[in-house]
Parts: sequence; structure tokens; C-alpha cells
Amino acid sequence: MRIVIAKPGLDGHDRGAKVVARALRDAGHEVIYTGLRRTPEQIVRTVLDEDVDMLGLSSLSGAHAFLFPRVCELLVEAGCTDVTVFGGGIIPLDERQPLFDSGMRAIFGPGTKMHEMAEFVEAVISRASSNQPVGVGEGGDWVWNGGE
Amino acid sequence: MAESDPLSKTIFEQAVSGNRRSLAKLLTAVENGEVSHESLGISPRIADGSVIGLTGAPGVGKSCLIEGLLSKWTSDGLKIAVIAVDPSSPLTGGALLGDRVRMESADNNPDVFVRSFATRNQPGGMPNAVVLAADVMRQCGYDIVLIETVGAGQSEIRVVSVADRIVLVEAPQRGDEVQAEKAGVMELADLIVVNKSDLEGSKRAADNIISALGLTSNPPPVLLASARNSAGIENLANQMKTLQAKPGAELARARERLLTAWDNALLTREDINEVLENLASSENSAQDWVDKNLRW
Repeated sequence: MRIVIAKPGLDGHDRGAKVVARALRDAGHEVIYTGLRRTPEQIVRTVLDEDVDMLGLSSLSGAHAFLFPRVCELLVEAGCTDVTVFGGGIIPLDERQPLFDSGMRAIFGPGTKMHEMAEFVEAVISRASSNQPVGVGEGGDWVWNGGE
Repeated sequence: MAESDPLSKTIFEQAVSGNRRSLAKLLTAVENGEVSHESLGISPRIADGSVIGLTGAPGVGKSCLIEGLLSKWTSDGLKIAVIAVDPSSPLTGGALLGDRVRMESADNNPDVFVRSFATRNQPGGMPNAVVLAADVMRQCGYDIVLIETVGAGQSEIRVVSVADRIVLVEAPQRGDEVQAEKAGVMELADLIVVNKSDLEGSKRAADNIISALGLTSNPPPVLLASARNSAGIENLANQMKTLQAKPGAELARARERLLTAWDNALLTREDINEVLENLASSENSAQDWVDKNLRW
């Protein structure tokens, strides 16, 4: 899989994003890291030009409630409806449903094991191969629930 | 793959008319070996200096220099595409492609198209698909295609098989003057730029290179630049636009092209995994296998 890992907004904490990028690399995926402080528009441009399958958004600044849905909206506008979007960072449990409603398929909080993220990617691959919705604009209510 | 494929031809036509998403999708097909020059109906490009390889050791500042070149050239009205190559893991096949981090224009500038390629363990650190990818980008109206190689040492010269011109990026404090005397990629460079000219020792590094190459015929120009201070970028950008191929390197280029084609033919054999497993698990030497299977 080709996966973009992006840091939207004014947030300088990229340890988590780098660890995730590394874990996905070690799971055999091609990971493109955007660097810090990207706008939603810049992130969508990267997804578009690099023609990736998945986008991981990382935020520890508290701005996820605005930035994540904005990225999803722009992706759909750009026609990237089949791209799977997931997120990670400090995202309180009661703020996750609106993110899922905007088309995201997983949110990973602190303490997530590396292998869980790789399992999520595998689950997306297997769902996509049987034409079940996984993309940001493909609808359906499937979200990752820890592999249960 | 050799036959004309109407679907990819349609995507190609959309890409030529300026649709970024079609170009991106087409490049994926190129990278996966699903299309060819024949299937897209384009002839291989004649080397005209519009596809330029940038090579050099890790950390000398290739990506930062490219960012400087992108700003300069696009403000001159040119459209520029970049192919940024990073290594794949030989163990897992995964890759971390991080060249965009240093290229702000990649995400902002409408006249720039940056695409990251993983080597996918192709020998020489240069994916075979880059040749077609560069040709496609040229067809889509990009005036110059820059190919950023993986961080390369002294003898990685495979980039000459895909690029018309080679720019070697150097930096100060990378060893004594004997480093500049060693054989290798320095001899094939059409231009050498010592980056980080804001650092101490950069002038000396350039002088060492000039004096080492002074004994060869047709030494390439050696420039100083600083991607950090935007110093020397304009001169570099102007010289790169009209760069002449270094005479005397034709055979070396042909050799690398042959090796690329040969490696590709070997590694895309249907039985390649069987062959590798056999070699890994038995006493058979690779040389024996070659003698038995590849001699003619």
C-alpha cells in the first residue's frame, strides 16, 4: 500500500507520526511523510499527486475536530473518494464520532500497539479487495474496532 | 503489456490535457509496470537535456537544492516535474519516502508535480519505471524533469541510464582531498555543485574538486551554492537549463542502460522467487546458476 502520513495545522509534535510511519514501513508499506504544519489543501495535494491508497492524520494540538473533517471534505471534492483516512493523537473518545461521520475509518489513541495499525491496514486491504466500502467518500458505517 | 490499452490511453490523454489526478494514476500504472511506451503510443524520448539527474551522498542537500531550483524555474514560467527516489527495505519491501518534506513547492505550486518512487529493490537504486515516468511527464507539458536519486556514494552511476544530464551535489567537510581524486560518479557528472557554501570549507572543497578534475579532459563546471541562503541558485538554475552532455561518457551511459535492461529482464523472470529461495537455502553458488542458465 502507498500511505501518506500527514501533520495538519500548527502542531510541532511529530514523534508519533514518525513512529507510525516507521511501523507501517516495517510492515512492508510505502509511506510518504509530509513534514510538519501542512494545511488541509497541501495534504490533499500530496494525496492526489502521489496517488496513495491511505492517509493517516496526526494531531496533538486539539484542532482535530476542525482539521480532520476539513481534509476529508476536500478529498471528496477532489475526487479521492476511495482513499482510506485514519487518524491518531490526543483525541478524546467523545470527540471521535463526528470524525467517523466525516468519513474516517479509524482513530488511534495513545497506547496503540504498532501491530494494531498494521492489522488495520490489512483489514482495509481485505475489505477493499471484496469491494466493501473503505474510502472516505464511499459511505457505509464500517470503522476499525481493534480487530474484534 | 505491449498491446495498446484503451483505458490507459484515455487516462494518458486526460493527463496530457492537464488533469493532475490522471497523471498521478498513470504514474502508478507506470510504477507497477502495467503500461509501456508501446501501450501508451509514445516513442522513447531523444535525450535533449530536459531530464536531469541529481545525485550525491545522503545529507548533502539534494532536496533543498531542488526546492530552490523549483522556485527559480517556475518564476521563469517553466513547469517542472520531480521524481524523488528513496530506498525500499530489502527485508520487508516497505519504504519511507521523505523527500517532499524539504520541497515546499511540491504542495503549493501549480506548476510543480512531485512524485515519490521507492526503489523496490531494483539494482543501482534506480527503478526501471523512472524512464517511462520521465517521458510521460515530458509529454504532459513539464519542461524539465528532475530525478533525485537515493543518497548515493561513489560508484552509484545507474542514474546515467535514465537522465540526459547528471548534476553531482557535494558538500564541504566530507573528507580530505583524496576523496575528490577517486574514480566514480564524479567523472560522469556534467556539472558539480558544492552546496552549503555558507559553511566553512566549502570553497576549499570546490577547489579540491576543480584541481582533481583539472587533469581530465573536458572537466565539468564546479559551482558553489547554498540552498539555505538561496545563494548561487540562480546561476545553478541557469547553467542547468543549457547544460551540455560531457563528451566521452557515451559508452558508460550505454553500459548502464544495458545493465538496467538486463537486471530488469532477470528480476522479472517468472521463476525468480524459486531461484532466490534455491540460492538462499542450498550450497549452490550464484555463479553456478548463471553459468548454467544465462550463458549463450
